[in-house]
Amino acid sequence: MNNARLTAIRELVLTRWRTFYREPGTMFWTFGLPVVLSIALGMAFRNQEPEPLPAAVQEGPQAEHVREVLAKSKDIAIKVLSPEAAHQALRTGKVHVVVIPSSSGDGKVTYRFDPTRPDSRLARTLVDDALQRGEGRPDVVQTATQHVTEPGSRYIDFLIPGLVGMGLMSSGLWGIGFALAEMRTRKLLKRLIATPMHKSDFMLSFLLVRAALLTIELPPLLVFSYFAFKVGINGSVITLTLIALLGALVFAGMGLLFASRSENPQIVSGLINVATFPMYLCSGVFFSTARFPEWTQPFIKLLPLTALIDGLRAVMIDGAGILQLTSPLLVLSVWGLLCFAGALKLFKWH
Amino acid sequence: MLYAGSSVKPARARMTENTKPLAVRCKGLIKVYTTRHQEMVVAVNHLDLEVHAGECFGLLGPNGAGKTTTVEILEGLLAPTAGEVELFGKTWEKDERFLRERLGISLQHTHLPERLTVRETVELFRSFFTQGRDVDETIDLVALKDKEKARYETLSGGQRQRLAVACALVGNPALLFLDEPTTGLDPQSRRMLWEVVLAFKRQGGSVLLTTHYMDEAERLCDRVGVIDHGQMIALGTPKELIESLGGQQIVEFTVEGADEEVNLDALSTLPSVHSARWHTGRPASRGAAGALGTRGRRRAQAHRAVDPPCHPRRRIRQFDRKAAS
Repeated sequence: MNNARLTAIRELVLTRWRTFYREPGTMFWTFGLPVVLSIALGMAFRNQEPEPLPAAVQEGPQAEHVREVLAKSKDIAIKVLSPEAAHQALRTGKVHVVVIPSSSGDGKVTYRFDPTRPDSRLARTLVDDALQRGEGRPDVVQTATQHVTEPGSRYIDFLIPGLVGMGLMSSGLWGIGFALAEMRTRKLLKRLIATPMHKSDFMLSFLLVRAALLTIELPPLLVFSYFAFKVGINGSVITLTLIALLGALVFAGMGLLFASRSENPQIVSGLINVATFPMYLCSGVFFSTARFPEWTQPFIKLLPLTALIDGLRAVMIDGAGILQLTSPLLVLSVWGLLCFAGALKLFKWH
Repeated sequence: MLYAGSSVKPARARMTENTKPLAVRCKGLIKVYTTRHQEMVVAVNHLDLEVHAGECFGLLGPNGAGKTTTVEILEGLLAPTAGEVELFGKTWEKDERFLRERLGISLQHTHLPERLTVRETVELFRSFFTQGRDVDETIDLVALKDKEKARYETLSGGQRQRLAVACALVGNPALLFLDEPTTGLDPQSRRMLWEVVLAFKRQGGSVLLTTHYMDEAERLCDRVGVIDHGQMIALGTPKELIESLGGQQIVEFTVEGADEEVNLDALSTLPSVHSARWHTGRPASRGAAGALGTRGRRRAQAHRAVDPPCHPRRRIRQFDRKAAS
């Protein structure tokens, strides 16, 4: 490759870069949004003292006595409600269990709760336990408790790698797919092809800028989450960069593929939305993929975003090395190869 | 449409065809499109075309005549359905890189990168050519020196078009393609672009341009081909074409806005205009009316400009009498 080629690549890269940073919107979507999201979600799901479970006692002759017994438990927030109010509170989830003391004075109580709600079942057990002990039931087995709060087990530790993966996906797809579609509509692609420009230089400039953007895209979120939430990186930064780079390239290739034919940016944005929506939902950005039914798991594991986020989490939370990442790396590589091969075959220059 | 189906012998072409190589030669060019509704549309129909080295050739014709399709095939951007295309004796199939280095192209309605400045845009295009003009020189050439740091998005239509031509010139091409370079531009911007094209021609460059305007063809082109429905319906020097369409004509046209004056001297110096004069206060015309003797296409412009209730021919005769007195 001679000097002229390098000059052309440099000019193309500069063009991409200038187009990027002179667009005020892109700066926010790339740098601002992940930070804003991590603040909002980090606050909403921050770890704190376990909240007492709300429960109600239905009004009646024994109600005050039951309330006094249950009020001693730290795990239960108890209040006395009329039968209608208690029923309403249970239905809307404001209390998890309603204790109905017998009106005949025989000391019998009825628990009213929804057994399909885990919180309800837990509240019933806690209320029953507190009531039985309060009335003098002895513990037959000696027990001790040990509390665990390990770093890496909090929601924010789970969330940050998810946000990193999501950011890589959207900047790859939009930054490349949409930009290319727009260049085609505006006949800029045609104009460039009418020069002696090498097509490979043009493509390369997109990938180079994508890779370069990674180095300024990732640090703000990682540094912010380290200082704000003490989210650290347990594995090596190099491994993390490698997997992020691979992910960025896979989504760049997918953007290229989506933009390879269409004359219309609206169609490309539709394609991108259709592709990204299931991944936002299923790939474990905000909550674990394990929550989806068993039969969906193999499909979810094969999504590129799932592989990327699994890889990022393995490095950031578990400190995994490159050798423990074979499965996500393999999935990503296959996606990358498929997308680039498809884009090269389908890409229409004019 | 106003172009008559007369064919004029290309006098100049005969004189030069054995002495200078051809910049463009295409023979039996056909382009057939299939539309979405599976209809076949013949955009270019057995077109033959030759542009000599150092010549400026104009393709004149209405919208949809096949001008842009023809030019894009010659530029190697579209594949013809049938026919031969040679530029400097080379073909697109064999010598694409050779040709790309020697062609300057300005497409119809191209948008250059919005966020780039004039200078950055010219530098970008310069970088694609192994040999080319100096960037500063090119910017000077299209008179955009004072806009050098302005972004494309802030430029006026005329400035954008000049920048597009700068991008075509920066590779120091031997052949320049300009597809409707002045459509939609104000008169001053048109004249500025004309100067750029004429300067390029003086340096020995060949030009193929498409236009709607006969005055533009008259000013810039050595030869003009009139194209309609994908076929060449007339070919010759602008003078020959105009003469073939009838003798001397008097043309009258209205100017919108009574206080805006037409530069009569500029009209009089056009090659085929004999004289021009003002005529104000005519009851049938809106605003001021200017008159000039000319031929060919201007007649049609005048036809369109006069008020509909008055028959155009009667109008011109009437004016003719007055001018003679």
